[in-house]
Amino acid sequence: MARRKSFLAPGLWIPAGLALGLLALPLVALVVRAPWAELPVLLADRTVTSALGLSVLTAVLSTAVSLVLGIPLALVLARSAKWPAVPRRLLRALVTVPLVLPPVVGGVALLLLLGRRGLLGQFLPFQLPFTTAAVVIAQTFVAMPFLVLAVEGAIRATDRRVEIAAATLGASRWTVFRRITLPLVAPGVASGALLCFSRALGEFGATITFAGSFPGTTQTLPIATYLQLQTNPDAAIALSLVLLAVSVGVLVSLRDRWVPGLTS
Amino acid sequence: MRKAAVAVAAVLVLTGCAAPAPEHDDTLHGTIAVFAAASLTDTFQTIAAAFSAQHPGVTVTINAGGSSGLAAQIVAGAPADVFAAASVATMKVVTDAALTATEPTVFATNTLEIAVPVDNPGHVSGLADFADPALAIALCAPEVPCGAAARSVLDTAGIVASVDTLEPDVRAVLTKVELGEVDAGLVYRTDVLAAGNRVRGIEFAEAATVVTAYPIARLSASTNPDAAAAFVAFVHSAAARAILEEAGFGAP
Amino acid sequence: MSLTAAVRVPERSVDLDLTVSRGRTLALLGPNGAGKSTVLGAIAGVVASVGQITLGGRPIENAEVEDRRVGYVFQDYLLFPHLSVLENVAFGPRSQGRGRAASRSVAGEWLDRLGIGALAARRPAELSGGQAQRVALARALAAEPELLLLDEPLSALDVEVRAEVREELARHVKEWGGLTILVTHSLDDVAALADDVIVLEKGRATQRATVRELVAAPATPYVSRLVATWSED
Repeated sequence: MARRKSFLAPGLWIPAGLALGLLALPLVALVVRAPWAELPVLLADRTVTSALGLSVLTAVLSTAVSLVLGIPLALVLARSAKWPAVPRRLLRALVTVPLVLPPVVGGVALLLLLGRRGLLGQFLPFQLPFTTAAVVIAQTFVAMPFLVLAVEGAIRATDRRVEIAAATLGASRWTVFRRITLPLVAPGVASGALLCFSRALGEFGATITFAGSFPGTTQTLPIATYLQLQTNPDAAIALSLVLLAVSVGVLVSLRDRWVPGLTS
Repeated sequence: MRKAAVAVAAVLVLTGCAAPAPEHDDTLHGTIAVFAAASLTDTFQTIAAAFSAQHPGVTVTINAGGSSGLAAQIVAGAPADVFAAASVATMKVVTDAALTATEPTVFATNTLEIAVPVDNPGHVSGLADFADPALAIALCAPEVPCGAAARSVLDTAGIVASVDTLEPDVRAVLTKVELGEVDAGLVYRTDVLAAGNRVRGIEFAEAATVVTAYPIARLSASTNPDAAAAFVAFVHSAAARAILEEAGFGAP
Repeated sequence: MSLTAAVRVPERSVDLDLTVSRGRTLALLGPNGAGKSTVLGAIAGVVASVGQITLGGRPIENAEVEDRRVGYVFQDYLLFPHLSVLENVAFGPRSQGRGRAASRSVAGEWLDRLGIGALAARRPAELSGGQAQRVALARALAAEPELLLLDEPLSALDVEVRAEVREELARHVKEWGGLTILVTHSLDDVAALADDVIVLEKGRATQRATVRELVAAPATPYVSRLVATWSED
């Protein structure tokens, strides 16, 4: 892409700088105040390593679940543009609700549905809360909308007539989806998946409420961080650094590798 | 709110009996901020109302939250006049930072109680049931005061609990009991009382082995030391004692 | 092999019967908004239409798009931007169940036949308009359609290259030799590519003729104007 002359009004640099400062400076403070000397000891702690492992595992799983279920939902959402207003807005509202709902409330709602006395949970042959599966469900509930909305945006931005062109060449709907639609929205899927992963990694409220907190099973990094904050703020800062490093690392490295178009 | 009003009326009657007339001390005025542990929220609202009835010139604002978080805020320079903590350890964070104006004094105690869902599906009858792996059990995490107390009670009783979740605060344990997601949890006696008929409380003998003390202190950063000192004194008065007892707190 | 179609799209006021027989190219000539593309869409199955459509003895009006065997070269080609030229052309055979290698070799043959074998590795974004048009034609033909639809195939091109590309297109369509319907509003296209003409105005046929008859005896003011300006060139 050729370099174009910038038309950014000079006055906009000031609010943009303030915005960046608001976002970045707290993180700078976290890094500056971190107990760097004790960091190796703090991070070698079993609570930390097991919470980190569990967080990465569950965030990967909930991202995978979100991809499998969320991409089809995004397609339906994109198609709903042709629906009557009421069902269309209702669908969009339902997809957006987890974004505005306090996560703790989402966790209670999950308990009321899937808990052992829940609407569906009472019929389950096993108990879901307090298991690692419950962590994945809570994270998926909170994080999937990010993926759905990102993919839906990508679908809307593509010229869907190429799907018709593919069909005239004899491609079944599944082939069109797999070989045309999906590759065309791949950048949206990738950035949606990254947002989803990051959100799942930082999930706290819905997880603690629905899945509880037990080291090795349901105690993810944010929960461990919160608990450490009560007694050992240094350890909490160390844990936050790990969370920060993992998120930033994932966001920076994967963007380049998966979706070159987004970084240029 | 109505409950508070009734309690204030009761206090007025009480103090009215104790002294010839509620003295309106005009030397005290202004606002004080009281940082109080979450478990004191309702009780301190009532106490504050009773205090303001005696000292109409003083407005008391209660900032309730987790003790550890409040202590961290005070250390970070939050404008507080009085701090009431749910454990001696958390108060120590503030005294270690030399931010208290007076030596902290214990004004109430609390003990643990078993909370079970109203229909008690696990047929829990005592602390020994916490070792049953078939039951779903919630405790506070050991990092927070109620979790430390729970661990110490179980250790003293020699019970290895089969725990399913270690919650970040008492409220979270109560929620899981209320919803029937766990068969039993360990919370404070005052929490069971405050939850009314949403959970059932089961007292157990071993509870007496671990008594949580609630210390209070005036803070050196107070901009209204006279009113702050009067409030601390009031919390130790017979009137406040009655309110605390009604909520389930023990005497120091 | 022939096509007989009754195209009825009430919501766009299109009502047209047409027949194309083997080896002949039918042009639908008409002004913008006359419903020409709607007719193509109905035959391809992407626009809902009532009325029977029979292709090579096979009723296709209720068939899905992918089962109709109707090749479609779109006005703006609609090449797949994420696939190379070769993969674009191989898409049809591959979708119809041929193996990857076989599909690629079929695609390669078509590219060679249309004289664009050298472009095989390029992406659509790296093609000129004329090249993209030929790739679109190769892609449609590689899928072995029984009917080829050309929707304004030259309108997206610069005027300077149009004549040359038109000539090439006419040659390839002749060589292919199947049923073809061309939609255009240019008499140049009609003269170079078509055998028969239907003039479509406001969704209805206003004249049916061979190209020669049309030029000799325009039936409507629209055609008269076209012929008049065309003769001046």
